[in-house]
Amino acid sequence: MSAPDAPLDWVELSGRRAKGRRPDYFDNPALDRLYSTVFALAAEVSALRERQDTIERLLDAKGTLSRADIEAYEPDRAAGEERGLATRAYVARIMRGFQQEVEALEASDPPIMDVVERLSRE
Amino acid sequence: MAKDLPPPYTALTRHEMMPRVTHDEAARFNFLTHFNRYLSGTIGAGNKLAYEKRVLPAFRAEHGRDPEHRYEVRDAMNRDAWHRMWSALKRNSMEMRQHFGRQVVLRQLDELDAMARQYNEHSGQLELDPAIEQPHYQTAVDIHCQPGGYHGEERPGDVTVGANYDVGLFATTGGALGGLNDGGGQAVVNWVKAERPDWSPKRILDIGCTIGHNAVPIAQAFPDAEVIAIDTAAASLRYGAARAAAMGVRNIRFVQASGEDLARWTDGHFDWVQTTMFLHELSTKAMPRILAEAHRVLAPGGLILHIEQPQYSDAMPLFEQFMRDWDAFNNNEPFWSAMHGQDLKQVMADAGFPQDAQFVAGVRAVVDPAIFPPSPDEGKEDYGRAAIWNAYGAWKPLAAETQVAA
Repeated sequence: MSAPDAPLDWVELSGRRAKGRRPDYFDNPALDRLYSTVFALAAEVSALRERQDTIERLLDAKGTLSRADIEAYEPDRAAGEERGLATRAYVARIMRGFQQEVEALEASDPPIMDVVERLSRE
Repeated sequence: MAKDLPPPYTALTRHEMMPRVTHDEAARFNFLTHFNRYLSGTIGAGNKLAYEKRVLPAFRAEHGRDPEHRYEVRDAMNRDAWHRMWSALKRNSMEMRQHFGRQVVLRQLDELDAMARQYNEHSGQLELDPAIEQPHYQTAVDIHCQPGGYHGEERPGDVTVGANYDVGLFATTGGALGGLNDGGGQAVVNWVKAERPDWSPKRILDIGCTIGHNAVPIAQAFPDAEVIAIDTAAASLRYGAARAAAMGVRNIRFVQASGEDLARWTDGHFDWVQTTMFLHELSTKAMPRILAEAHRVLAPGGLILHIEQPQYSDAMPLFEQFMRDWDAFNNNEPFWSAMHGQDLKQVMADAGFPQDAQFVAGVRAVVDPAIFPPSPDEGKEDYGRAAIWNAYGAWKPLAAETQVAA
């Protein structure tokens, strides 16, 4: 713990782990680390997309902008919904592999070789 | 807001103590609200499919019977590739929520600490007691994977954990708790006002209040009452008291105290004793001690009310119990499983509340529907996260009734 008036390194401190052993989700720990990085990057790309949208909306409205404008921007209801829909679609794109695995679980398709063999016969 | 979209972070009410967010910090939380909804909704179904299509059949083949306990389901599911991936995603989402929230709070901690000090010095609404020790069930792990738990400090007297709790609740619940994260407290108020429209409690105790987000709406709804909100964690109370003062709510005091020892209050002092999402963060020995103390300080005719996720019962499928248990093992909620497995009615009865004085009611978060979407309903239940709860309560019998019953 820091002294009361010592300056804090907020970047370093913010990454502190929670007490309690973290479950291993994968046999290879590299995969656990990789998930952490990939989805942190996913959040960053999402934030970048939102920032880009803010810039475009401000330019549309005023033809010019400042950083302060970007920081102060709050979407109205319609813009909030448009951005929400865009984020939803973005999440759907990056998560397609997971979503299609759920679909595949439901469908229980046979191996493709089964189909290849059947079509060669029938 | 369209039904299937969570509101943007900027829809939150920014009271004076609420940490300020930059454009991109808000955007990161927006990502998490969508990501969490996606995990529980769109791909959450994969867990049940994996269970029914391969995990359960494999279990039956191996054991010649069905699982008999949620832990057997858990052991089997923890070997399933899909459930492991899904759990890794969800764990990472929780960790990102903490990291993002801590970046927001820590970079402006000087301002937040100074503001909290100022509010708390002037309001008189904060009473700390350094003699209060953190109970072992609060320190064994950092609950919710929140670094520092509810009590940790980055430096003496800071508000980091309280402020971080406040900024991130939105992302964890997908905005389901409303603009002030107080949908739970508002739900309690609505239930009480519907149940006893003419009741006007004068003294109300909230045990385990953390930052008071569920106690403040009670104080607002009963302006003539005095609300005492207690917690063992000074770091959360400092933020909570300043938050209430910043919101202009004066009839609530934040007192550092343990629910296990309410000796400073006489028998029958309170008309209403409330806990909200608190019992599952205790231990098997602490819970009955707290309930017995709650019974003692509650006046005859008074109300005790606990808001919790539903208890497990034989009627609840083992798979659902297992899913509801996820946070116990993956999100540092170590009493969650044991607590929800208990017969709460019996535990309450042992604490002095007769079974026939008890009730269970369903409540859901009260939010402004113009801005905030309703909590996902049963079909898309985020096991253990949805802002739909059970209220376990009792009206404490008047002395005469107790004698008749005896």
